[in-house]
Amino acid sequence: MKLHRFVFLAVACVPAFIAGCERRPGTSEQSATGDILVGMYGSLTGDGASFGQSSVEGAQLGVEEINNAGGLLGGRKIRLLVEDDQSRPEEASNAVTKMITQDKVVAVLGEVASRRTLAAAPVSQKYRIPMITPASTNERVTQVGDYVFRVCFIDPFQGEVLAKFAYNDLKARKIAVLRDVSQDYSTGLTDAVQKTFTSLGGHVLDPVSYSTGDADFRAILTQVRAQKPDVIFATGYYPEAAIIVRQARELGMTMPILGGDGWVGDALKNGREALKNTFISNHYSGDNPDPVVQNFRKAYRAKFNREPDSIAALGYDAAKVLADSITRAAGTDGPTLRAAIAAADVAGVTGRLKMNASRNVDKPAVVQELQFVNGDVKYVYRTTISPN
Amino acid sequence: MDTFLQQFINGLSLGAIYALIALGYTMVYGVLRLINFAHGDVYMLGAFAGYYLANALNMDANPSVLGTIAVTMGAMAICGLIGMLIERLAYRPVRRHSRLTSLITAIGVSLLLEYGGQVVFGATPRFFPQMIRSQTYSLGGVQITNQALMIIVVAVLLMFGLQFIVHHTKIGKAMRAVSFNLPVARLMGINTDFVIAFTFALGSALAAVGGVLVALSIPRIDPLMGLMTGLKAFVAAVLGGIGNIPGAMLGGMLIGLMETWISATAYSTFRDAVAFAVLILILLLRPAGILGTSVTEKV
Repeated sequence: MKLHRFVFLAVACVPAFIAGCERRPGTSEQSATGDILVGMYGSLTGDGASFGQSSVEGAQLGVEEINNAGGLLGGRKIRLLVEDDQSRPEEASNAVTKMITQDKVVAVLGEVASRRTLAAAPVSQKYRIPMITPASTNERVTQVGDYVFRVCFIDPFQGEVLAKFAYNDLKARKIAVLRDVSQDYSTGLTDAVQKTFTSLGGHVLDPVSYSTGDADFRAILTQVRAQKPDVIFATGYYPEAAIIVRQARELGMTMPILGGDGWVGDALKNGREALKNTFISNHYSGDNPDPVVQNFRKAYRAKFNREPDSIAALGYDAAKVLADSITRAAGTDGPTLRAAIAAADVAGVTGRLKMNASRNVDKPAVVQELQFVNGDVKYVYRTTISPN
Repeated sequence: MDTFLQQFINGLSLGAIYALIALGYTMVYGVLRLINFAHGDVYMLGAFAGYYLANALNMDANPSVLGTIAVTMGAMAICGLIGMLIERLAYRPVRRHSRLTSLITAIGVSLLLEYGGQVVFGATPRFFPQMIRSQTYSLGGVQITNQALMIIVVAVLLMFGLQFIVHHTKIGKAMRAVSFNLPVARLMGINTDFVIAFTFALGSALAAVGGVLVALSIPRIDPLMGLMTGLKAFVAAVLGGIGNIPGAMLGGMLIGLMETWISATAYSTFRDAVAFAVLILILLLRPAGILGTSVTEKV
């Protein structure tokens, strides 16, 4: 009896041993049948929890639709493996390493915050497993290497959109910028806003700095107030933005406050009535009558019982681009899949997703006005600005 | 001038937060000669207790002053109990050992609360319900919210209340006796275990008041919120003279003002470093703190 058990154990160990061997980069050991395993990492907990939850939900909806429609490559289903990075860059890189080397995913989706994508993208590049980030807008993200793609616009464009809106629509001539120095996204967006606004002939005051996790902005806001800007930019993420708008209004600052797509997060609603007279640039507008958008909203609400935000829309688009590329590649090994993603041209919820030579997509941005209605944030469409 | 006055008010309302926490630090130190590093984390627990109580009472939709007082009382009771529990389970078993043992135990308790808090509450920051609607009073270009005003007033009241308890009540006399000489106090018939437990309960209840009030004014709470705030409150207590109750108040206000003025310059991201530079300086130049008196150790 004992011997039997030993033999059984030894036999069971053999495949595990083989699977544990160092793989050659870029080859997938997934068999040509069975589920296609796709990894997704995101900030399901921590400072950026809303980003992780929305992007994963969006991708889950996309994957579900693909599987319900019969799967890919002759009926194979996609299985989405989700890892939480707790909003920490080092965990993001660990999660991607684990998914590629242990779980043998064929591609990786994520992150939203640029800093975490920048931490994890080199892993994808090293193992030659394509990564598609739904919403990391920092310019440097896709410069990591030719295996890193995105389905959102980039910050130089977003900064241009915001600066033009402030100058042309809000008639601002002097602006102040609050930037989160611990986030690549915020510093990149700040530079872009500064550059465009100055080139339009406006005056940008010296940016003031804070860090993720700060909660008392009264001192820096008081300093900004003394310089009497026409408009304030807060280029960081939503948890801090919610408090910044509140404390600015408490200090009697009633001017418009502008932010980027990083403001899109559930906790922004804690800005409450202070959100009056604030504007953001965004990837998608739920008001868009395009049936692609409206069908997505309907399906998302049915599955998750809430209105999708733009991060969810991008998560959905990233999953759709990947699925389309797997079909065109007719396989899942890294280099073939990479080439297929580089040639992607898909009609997405957030616009036409056509990869350019820098592995980015050229899409218009919308500017939305925020309102606080019935305890939640309402995004009211203002205008669309296209890249030139 | 407006800006200067406004920064002064900002500094005071930030300093009052540190003062509230420093009061608890200083009292426990005064009685036990123990730096209770877990104090900042009890403050965090106070904020979370307030968060859950306020949500249970649906305070966000129905703000009221009475409800706020009830929530604060509840948080005080919960934290008072937790404080006694920490003392009973972590500090009492090592009380007879060297002071270093207690200090290391305190750091351990602090880490336990921080990372235990991440497991129980989750690492995602929460937003505290607005139990009292924010209102801004403005006077000649200077703005202050009702919540910030409340923190300053409550901190000053608590300082006087604490001073009264320590110097003019029977339990206060017992606390001072324990602080002076624990074995002799016991020989004189004082129930020292009770006095020490009471000290912890009182200090933790103070931290809870701080947690709830701060969360009202600065609504973001997370399990690590007590870490930096607690450390700065510790600096405030040392600056004012640890063990000295008015000193904690003074130290808190000074740290708050200093931090605000640093934030107002181009070096805003250095403000945490400045608080600790102050700690080093004060330990080098005047270890007893501003209001403290240095006592030669009896040998």
